[in-house]
Amino acid sequence: MDYFIHIAILICIYIILAVSLNLIIGFTGQLNIGHAAFYGIGAYAAALLALSGQPFWLGLLAAMFFAGLGGLLISVPCLRLRGDYLAIATLGFGEIIRALMKNWTSLTRGPLGLPGIPSIEIFGITFSQPWQFLIIAALIAVIVVFLIRRMIKAPFGRVLRSIREDEIASQSLGKKIINYKVIAVVIGAMFAGVAGSLYAHYISFIDPTTFTLQETILMLCMVVLGGLGSIRGSIIGAALLIIIPEPLRFLSLPSSAAAALRQMLYAIILILIMLYRPQGLLGERRYTRNSNAVKKKRGVASA
Amino acid sequence: MLSRKSEVLQVLRVVDIYKHFGGIKAVNGAEFSVKKGEIVALIGPNGAGKTTVFNCITGFIQIDKGRIFFEGEDITNKRPEKIASMGLARTFQIIRLFPKMTVLENMMIAMRDQYEGLHHVFFSRKKMMEKQKEAEEKAIELLEFVGLEAKEDELAMNLSYGQQKLLEIAKTIATDAEFLMFDEPAAGVNLTMLKKISGLLKKLKEQGKTILFVEHNMEFVMNMADKVVVLDHGDEIAIGTPKQIKGNKKVIDAYLGGVQC
Ligand SMILES: Nc1ncnc2c1ncn2[C@@H]1O[C@H](COP(=O)(O)OP(=O)(O)OP(=O)(O)O)[C@@H](O)[C@H]1O
Ligand SMILES: [Mg+2]
Repeated sequence: MDYFIHIAILICIYIILAVSLNLIIGFTGQLNIGHAAFYGIGAYAAALLALSGQPFWLGLLAAMFFAGLGGLLISVPCLRLRGDYLAIATLGFGEIIRALMKNWTSLTRGPLGLPGIPSIEIFGITFSQPWQFLIIAALIAVIVVFLIRRMIKAPFGRVLRSIREDEIASQSLGKKIINYKVIAVVIGAMFAGVAGSLYAHYISFIDPTTFTLQETILMLCMVVLGGLGSIRGSIIGAALLIIIPEPLRFLSLPSSAAAALRQMLYAIILILIMLYRPQGLLGERRYTRNSNAVKKKRGVASA
Repeated sequence: MLSRKSEVLQVLRVVDIYKHFGGIKAVNGAEFSVKKGEIVALIGPNGAGKTTVFNCITGFIQIDKGRIFFEGEDITNKRPEKIASMGLARTFQIIRLFPKMTVLENMMIAMRDQYEGLHHVFFSRKKMMEKQKEAEEKAIELLEFVGLEAKEDELAMNLSYGQQKLLEIAKTIATDAEFLMFDEPAAGVNLTMLKKISGLLKKLKEQGKTILFVEHNMEFVMNMADKVVVLDHGDEIAIGTPKQIKGNKKVIDAYLGGVQC
């Protein structure tokens, strides 16, 4: 039973990661390949505060703040430039953050990692049982999805999508596209920080090996599998990519082989999606008049 | 020199602007103005610099030298979104819509004051929703005005070429801008659509809009324009009424020269 709860908790964490990444890539069209860095910043911020005896909510806020700050620092210089500078910058940023985690030993203990992160405690109640933790994780995932959905459906989200579609046309209609792009990256990063905080409290041990480029690629796969620009798609993508590799566990392979097999599996899924369903399992929905009531969900490519 | 008062009447004033790309003198001392309520055509052979002039005015290209004034205010090398928000809307020679958004969304995003800030999502939700409803209604009205109402829920990329041209023009109207710039609004459309577009431009003029357009179709130009500016090698070689331009020797030479090479 605990095994299934464990899977469910991971799904919640990855839903937050995939949906927040989708906000940046799928809705705003800005290629971010350093999402794991924001996740890692959040995890370390929350862990360090928790280890120094601070309450959960403060660690959560710090996780959001520092991850968001990272997003701001990385996006302001490159989003002024046209083209895919952000992709390269976020890739580099991911490596810098990992180098910091490894080498800033006075703060992070480097490769030794941070053990003994306490479980979440809110109003004196400790959520130490897996099922208790699942409630918190699910609740936070629901809140994050709700918030991002609100943004996307509002005129704000419409501007984000217009930037993805055509920056020049968007500018010619008076949109301050740089501001919007920066906001999207910062918000996406903040929510990745939230996921990091959950992860740190849940696993109770973090080290730099968790927040790698491979981790970002996993998140990217989830977003692409579900569909760029589809929130539901990201939820499904996250769940599928957590569940699908699980049977590999029962093959009793050596752990290095299992990891390689997982990576291969992700690559195969990605290639299949690209070939046969480039819009993802769920295409982007059509935002029609009263789309709340009518809810048409046709794939863009099949339209 | 123009007096202060007449300056205000000039919606657009382009003063001796230059833009060189390496050795190519795309814009080379062009100078002209557009008065309020006027329809002005910018014509000239291929490569004369018409589109570049458009991009200079709207801030997408930084000019090397010269000044550009919009409603009396210096807008030289200002950012495109700043210039657009002053009440100037344009179309592009190569259509630029938001392909994977619906026709209705394309219209709504062109409108002003749509509560597009992030804070509105959470702090003025009610007002935002009301505004949305209003905008939807206005967008539908405009789509009816241009005859695209049946396509409301269609993705822009699924429209025909002519319909896309029409939608792009409709979007500029949706901005409520008083000054509209069209880069070849009638290029590549059939006769029916051509009539529709010229009818639309006439209606816009009746509504008091000021229009600057680029077009190669001479019949269209002669029918529509109050004033014609002829550009050749990035410089204006003639300005006048359609009638005056038709008989102008320099203009005929420029066009025939263009044919020869
Ligand atoms: N970004 C650029 N870089 C280099 N050269 C450019 C650039 N933009 C335009 N040019 C050159 O400037 C000249 C003017 O081009 P422009 O597009 O303004 O002409 P046009 O009058 O609009 O022509 P057409 O009628 O064919 O649309 C051309 O020689 C073109 O090749
Ligand atoms: Mg041109």
